Amino acid sequence: MTTTTYFGTEVAVDAEGFFTDPGQWTEAMASQIAAGEGIAELTDRHWQVIKFMRHEYEEKGGAPNVRALAKTSGVPIKELYQLFPKGPAKLAAKIAGIPKPRGCI
Amino acid sequence: MARRIVVIGGGTAGTLAANRLRRALGPDDEIIVIDADDRHLYQPGLLFVPFGLASPARLVRSRAAQLRAGVEFRQATVDQVDLDADKVVLAGGTPVPYDVLLVASGARLLPEETDGLTGPGWGETVHTFYSLSGAATLAGALAGFEGGRLVVDLVDLPVKCPVAPLEFCFLADWYLRRRGVRDRVQLTYVTSLDAAFTKATCNRELSGLLARKGIEVVTEFATGEVDAKAGRLVSYDDREVGFDLAVVVPVHGGAGYVSRSAGLGDPLGFVPTETTLQAKTKPNVFVIGDATDLRASKAGSVAHFEGEILVHNIYRYLAGEEPNARFDGHTNCFIETGFDKALLIDFNDDLDPVPGHFPTRVGLPLLKESRLNHLGKLAFEQLYWHVILPGRDIPFVGAEMPRSGKRQESAELIPQPTGGAR
Repeated sequence: MTTTTYFGTEVAVDAEGFFTDPGQWTEAMASQIAAGEGIAELTDRHWQVIKFMRHEYEEKGGAPNVRALAKTSGVPIKELYQLFPKGPAKLAAKIAGIPKPRGCI
Repeated sequence: MARRIVVIGGGTAGTLAANRLRRALGPDDEIIVIDADDRHLYQPGLLFVPFGLASPARLVRSRAAQLRAGVEFRQATVDQVDLDADKVVLAGGTPVPYDVLLVASGARLLPEETDGLTGPGWGETVHTFYSLSGAATLAGALAGFEGGRLVVDLVDLPVKCPVAPLEFCFLADWYLRRRGVRDRVQLTYVTSLDAAFTKATCNRELSGLLARKGIEVVTEFATGEVDAKAGRLVSYDDREVGFDLAVVVPVHGGAGYVSRSAGLGDPLGFVPTETTLQAKTKPNVFVIGDATDLRASKAGSVAHFEGEILVHNIYRYLAGEEPNARFDGHTNCFIETGFDKALLIDFNDDLDPVPGHFPTRVGLPLLKESRLNHLGKLAFEQLYWHVILPGRDIPFVGAEMPRSGKRQESAELIPQPTGGAR
């Protein structure tokens, strides 16, 4: 377990920088995490996905994968890749301050 | 009092579960298995069809004939499940009430979810071996393949038997060498994962295998479109992989009725399931095999190991007791590597595949190519029809993953590749 600091607050993260305690996350931290991942500005569409990820996590205890995310969030899969390049579910989870989505096997 | 258990699906999981339940429950309890057709396919055989190593007709038997006496087989299509009324509704409206429902309807292929996959070129330069007709058509295409770019593409997880696409690559390498055309073929494995194998320990132990066989690997490629005309796969982030012959494993979803039944499935049509194998929404609905949303592989070995847990828990539920057995994610796979060799891996949710021997210190080698494992894979077909489906236990191989033959020091924590979780 390691920690990192966003806006002067120390938070617990895993080896890849995913929050292990989503309760420590604040909306203000999101833009700072995003900047570290190469996303200069969080648009309303980004926020729609981020809020949806947190909602899903709170409801179901886990983050959806990218196909389920596209089916339920109202943001098509192609756009998800534009908003969160390479790995939308993974990257959106990181910025939303929830644990890394479990890969299925 | 007689109770009725309705099983939806007469595949591997539904059949072995119904047969185990028949033995465990009293003769008054009714067991009904519903499936849309009477064709039980030996799915592990599909991998061998494209290479002429298995004949399609030999892989199919009657579903009804695999069920014990006292299990009723009803050939019908399920329209939906009414969870509040505890009944299955068949197409045409016939209700089938139940005391316990077992969802065993597996996963289905959804090739139409990928743009262009089922368009022009489907069955000509674009194929799949995940269906019987697809595997048979591919056999013809491979036999006539004289050179060029052969691409094997795993679009997204979850899929049935996630190692099968890799096995296909290994066998294709062997097949093309035997035909004397391997040096004219560029063989590429394209995957949505960030590594070839889904398990980190496998990647560490086995990465050399792909390189040795001259198989190129393209990772984190999320296929958004198959363009057969131009001969290219296009990813959602606009990368391209060119092909002359593409073998695509389409995305999977649960059975159609799951999505039509209020409260039963997740967005992909799989059923949210507890480790007791009960559906998260209703205690009298159980789920087994590929139909669950559990993290375990969608594989026959998983359904087999779940069978023991399931029957114990249904028995307790019917007796008014709390289901207390839990599935640990135990999975066991033979991975065919070509040239009459195979690997064996055995793992669960807590322990990744490690080297050693299975099931004890004396046994089949784990995580290592051997001829013995290949023979094991071939012998499995008989085991499937005569031991797995009848719901018998395999000597020395129980639901709980064995540890005694394993070298566990190599299972330190390493970050897992992420799959469907992109």
